[in-house]
Amino acid sequence: MNWQPTASFGALKKAALLRQTLHAWMHSHGILEVWTPSLSSAANTDPQVESLCLGPQAEALGSRYLHTSPEFAMKRLLCAYPDTDIYQMATVFRAEVQGRYHTSQFNMLEWYRVGMDHKALMRDTESLLAQIWQAFDLPYPEMQHRSYCNEVFQLTGFWPDDLQGSTVRDYFVANGRSFPQALEHDLAACLDLFVDEFIISQFAANHITFLSEYPASQAALARTGVNDDGRCVAERFEVYAGSVELANGFHELADANIQRSRFQGDVQIRKQRNQMPMPVDENLLEALEQGLPACAGIAMGVDRLLMVLGGYSHIGDVLSFTDDNA
Amino acid sequence: MANYGTNEFKGGLKIMLDGDPHSIVSNEFVKPGKGQAFARTRVRNLKTGRVVERTFKSGESVESADVMDTSMQYLYSDGEQWHFMNPETFEQLAADKTAVGEAYLWLMDEAMCEVTLYNGQPLAVTPPNFVEMAIKETDPGLRGDTATGGTKPAYMETGAMVKVPLFIEEGEKIKIDTRNGEYVSRVK
Repeated sequence: MNWQPTASFGALKKAALLRQTLHAWMHSHGILEVWTPSLSSAANTDPQVESLCLGPQAEALGSRYLHTSPEFAMKRLLCAYPDTDIYQMATVFRAEVQGRYHTSQFNMLEWYRVGMDHKALMRDTESLLAQIWQAFDLPYPEMQHRSYCNEVFQLTGFWPDDLQGSTVRDYFVANGRSFPQALEHDLAACLDLFVDEFIISQFAANHITFLSEYPASQAALARTGVNDDGRCVAERFEVYAGSVELANGFHELADANIQRSRFQGDVQIRKQRNQMPMPVDENLLEALEQGLPACAGIAMGVDRLLMVLGGYSHIGDVLSFTDDNA
Repeated sequence: MANYGTNEFKGGLKIMLDGDPHSIVSNEFVKPGKGQAFARTRVRNLKTGRVVERTFKSGESVESADVMDTSMQYLYSDGEQWHFMNPETFEQLAADKTAVGEAYLWLMDEAMCEVTLYNGQPLAVTPPNFVEMAIKETDPGLRGDTATGGTKPAYMETGAMVKVPLFIEEGEKIKIDTRNGEYVSRVK
């Protein structure tokens, strides 16, 4: 046991400056700060994200789950008050393995822009990042835009949704990289690993990269649309500093029926994989039936952003205490 | 035989891969915010010493390797095999050239070594981090020359060659770091 903080005092001061800068930018852009509960009777059904569940002490409340992002509650606010941009900085919780960039509780900045699409939200995000780099007295990094679909096509000769697991495996073997056998029949996972190994890892260390035009199969909670080349793509993007994933932005899906069927799909996958069942957020579905304004939303990892700004190599360097001594 | 899940991976864990025992050198957890999680590891093949990268899908499990490190005392070599003894049970084991590898350069009577056993057989031998050895042969020392920083080769009884400062004399005892084969200090 070690009672000492893992973050240096300098890192704590940088964290305070970052939060101050984020709040100031949001305020100057007329985005309203909101607060939503961390505990909910519903959970995130996404099979890739594991919600933490409160133990038997919560019996008086009924089962309660810690939020993995404030997304569902913030969308309910948007459905109720559809004319206002909103943001929240929240500590979120995930039952996750610890790593250089992972911890069970971390800080997330999430904001929604009414009337914007994913492209406008990318410009919005650039403006925020520019403000932050300025506040930290750092030279503004070069920005680059990459298309997920085009990158995959250039490397393999296939559009992502036409790829076969065996083609991906052969590509790994030909490049002398390790390919997990368990992956071949899971195309979504194949794509995740392929993109991480051959595309994201090649992003220049001193660049900010916006990766957009995801294949429709990876739409998650984003709308699908047609890009400039006439291909059907998911209207979402991710932001990377070097190869570090910082943020995930979506042109938000507003259709309650599609949302319900995606939740049900998640529940089925969880059942097949023997994962813990998670209760679907019926409140969100009801709110979506009422109507979500056309909007774009983004979630950004504040701790990772701080790692990038301060040149820290481990997430523990920017957290007062980590999973080991919290 | 026990199995390990990817969430149990950590440096030093011994696992079976492609029929050979491996030791995990490092493990990085990779997880896109909206995607599949992976464990990207570097593993050392304990038979060949080769380090390779291996990626596992999160949740995969691998068989544990029946590998253990034991502290054993070096006894002697008959030229083909090196003999070690467990100082507690007095059990003796012989390791061949493959298992001993380069470690023979630092094996001296009664040195306590780390012997890695796989299915009870010696797989690898790690000498103590520091050993003290007398110099068998080196060029005559330059008395008083402690400042120029020059070195010269010195040969040990075991055949090891260590670069030593110019002032070191034949017959002197020196301390050596076996991890990089470098001279550390004189032993008075």
